[in-house]
Amino acid sequence: MRLLSVARCLRSGGLLLPPVPPGRAALSVGRHDQQQQQPPPQPAVTVEVLDHLEQLALVDFRDAEGVERLRKAIQFADLLHQVNTDGVEPMDSVLEDRCLYLREDDVTEGNCTNELLKNAREKVEEYFVAPPGNIPLPKLEERETFLKGS
Amino acid sequence: MAAAVAARGCGGVWRRVWQYGAGGPRPSSRGQWAAASSARGAVVPVGKSGLAPWVPVVGLEIHAQISSNSKLFSGSQVQFAAPPNSLVSFFDASLPGTLPVLNRRCVEAAVMTGLALNCSINKKSLFDRKHYFYADLPAGYQITQQRVPIAVNGSLSYSLCIDNKMSQMVTKTVRIKQIQLEQDSGKSLHDDTRSQTLVDLNRAGVGLMEVVMEPDMCCGEEAAAAVRELQLILQTLGSSQAVMAEGQLRVDANVSVHHPGEPYGVRTEVKNINSLRFLAKAVDYEIQRQIKELENGGTILNETRAFDSKLGCTVPMRDKEGKQDYRFMPEPNLPPLILYDAKSLPANMNHQQVVNIDWIHKRLPDLPSVTRAKLVERYGILPEHSFALLNEDGLTEFFENVVKQTQMKPKKVIGWILNVLLSYLKQHSLTVKESPVSSVLMADLLNLLEKKEISSTAAKQVFAELWKGEGKTPLEIVKEKKLELIQDQKELEQICQAVIDGQENEVMAIKAGNLKVLNKLIGLVQRETQGRSNPVLVKQLLEKKLSE
Repeated sequence: MRLLSVARCLRSGGLLLPPVPPGRAALSVGRHDQQQQQPPPQPAVTVEVLDHLEQLALVDFRDAEGVERLRKAIQFADLLHQVNTDGVEPMDSVLEDRCLYLREDDVTEGNCTNELLKNAREKVEEYFVAPPGNIPLPKLEERETFLKGS
Repeated sequence: MAAAVAARGCGGVWRRVWQYGAGGPRPSSRGQWAAASSARGAVVPVGKSGLAPWVPVVGLEIHAQISSNSKLFSGSQVQFAAPPNSLVSFFDASLPGTLPVLNRRCVEAAVMTGLALNCSINKKSLFDRKHYFYADLPAGYQITQQRVPIAVNGSLSYSLCIDNKMSQMVTKTVRIKQIQLEQDSGKSLHDDTRSQTLVDLNRAGVGLMEVVMEPDMCCGEEAAAAVRELQLILQTLGSSQAVMAEGQLRVDANVSVHHPGEPYGVRTEVKNINSLRFLAKAVDYEIQRQIKELENGGTILNETRAFDSKLGCTVPMRDKEGKQDYRFMPEPNLPPLILYDAKSLPANMNHQQVVNIDWIHKRLPDLPSVTRAKLVERYGILPEHSFALLNEDGLTEFFENVVKQTQMKPKKVIGWILNVLLSYLKQHSLTVKESPVSSVLMADLLNLLEKKEISSTAAKQVFAELWKGEGKTPLEIVKEKKLELIQDQKELEQICQAVIDGQENEVMAIKAGNLKVLNKLIGLVQRETQGRSNPVLVKQLLEKKLSE
């Protein structure tokens, strides 16, 4: 499910990704490098970056078209750098000046085991079944699907 | 800074551990150790064997499950050991279209804890998402407070016994970096035979307070003592029941070592610690392991390790390979959490929507440290006694009840509580609540002793009988077993005389000036009376007779 939603985001160009300094694969949403006025030089979307993204977000870029979509998305997001945000407090959401509602500590939900388990492909005695632990994606060389279509 | 850490730390304890641990007697090490332990703030010289001493650094991350009826962001119940997935709402299962709604009780618990730990409470705190994939985290992210937590910059004072004797206690402080509210994850049961993981989401979404302690500790003993004090504080506040065995209090230790004067070494994170004893063991093992590794020319990886309680060692955790990128982002569904105090209280707001820090502050109960000080002052007992009383659930109450009902001075009562009652409880693995000897019976017994109707030895015998729980009163047992002290002075005098008459040699020795032999005579009288004579009185009578 995650795969499809990310692909959809990429297609519409709505995925926000800050520019990656050349050579560094780690991405993080930070405020420190958003105060520039011109778009910085486009860093290469390298194989390492793609690999790292696939590991982190379990996304499958599949082919050259997918990668191109990613590049376009980054380009689109870089337009933000043209906005001068000096001295402006970042906004988390349009609702951030609303009052955070506090709920009373009463038990009002739960007890719907059967309903929840209806969604499970596999179950064992009211437990959800998942693959063992966290299986890390195989290394780049061993992956069959990586850039399969290109 | 490293020297300051050494000064603050437990150089003495560490010296012992390393000497016995790292293998082989080191004849040259004596001088080296003397230098290391005496230096307080000064640069420590390199030892003769060419090895500089090590300064271990320990920081803790503690997750305490909030004691509440429902979860942090949903209305499903919080309960230990319920049928799998029965306490799970649609939000907890991360079904689309569900939203988090903050539980007021959890906010209050965090504020109480922050105030008790001398923290500054942030009147505006924010929620964030921490992303990682794991089967027991259905949303793929945990809602936590990474940017601005609810409380920061506090401190926790705790006490240690020096040299394993309860006679000398030293107070230490550890700084609290922050306290944040966050969600708990579900539970995974690994079924390796069938290569699958079974997931129970009952625990998913339960409120946690993460207490982050600065690396101000230097050994397992300090870590365990600090956590024990935090546990007592949480239990006193009621913000968490903090029972480690039920997973309500989880501790992760960050351990590193470095040479004095040098920057901190690479740290490892140790997880899977299920008790205070294991915490101390895990920390001490990891310190030793790192020292051994570095002295053999190896390096320490910045990794996560699990403590194996059976083997008593730490092992690398497979699942945590590689550096995690949590991609923190603000939680868009929750506006900032605003807390108020008496000054900033809004006029027309619904009370139910307002958390007033000052109101909570006023209602904080006495913290353990305050209770201990009051016990020492009110009853004249030693600080070590107050620690022992608070360390056992219900013991303080028991003690105070006995004191109320007996004429015996509290200073004497405490001896009976700690040395007799407590040791029986420990031997039989019982809690104070389960004690077959009630405070009423205990008070009765101590009254008999105080009125000098029985001897101390007899009292212990009576206690043993009372422990059987057969419903007899102390007086009944005394009469049954004929344990009363002989009150008849004449009878005692006769027995003393008989003993004197039978021990010519000893009498001569005493008259010659060897007064220690008197104890033998007292012992003989005790034997004759089957323990029913008051030793003080016997001594007086014998002395009087011998001086005639």
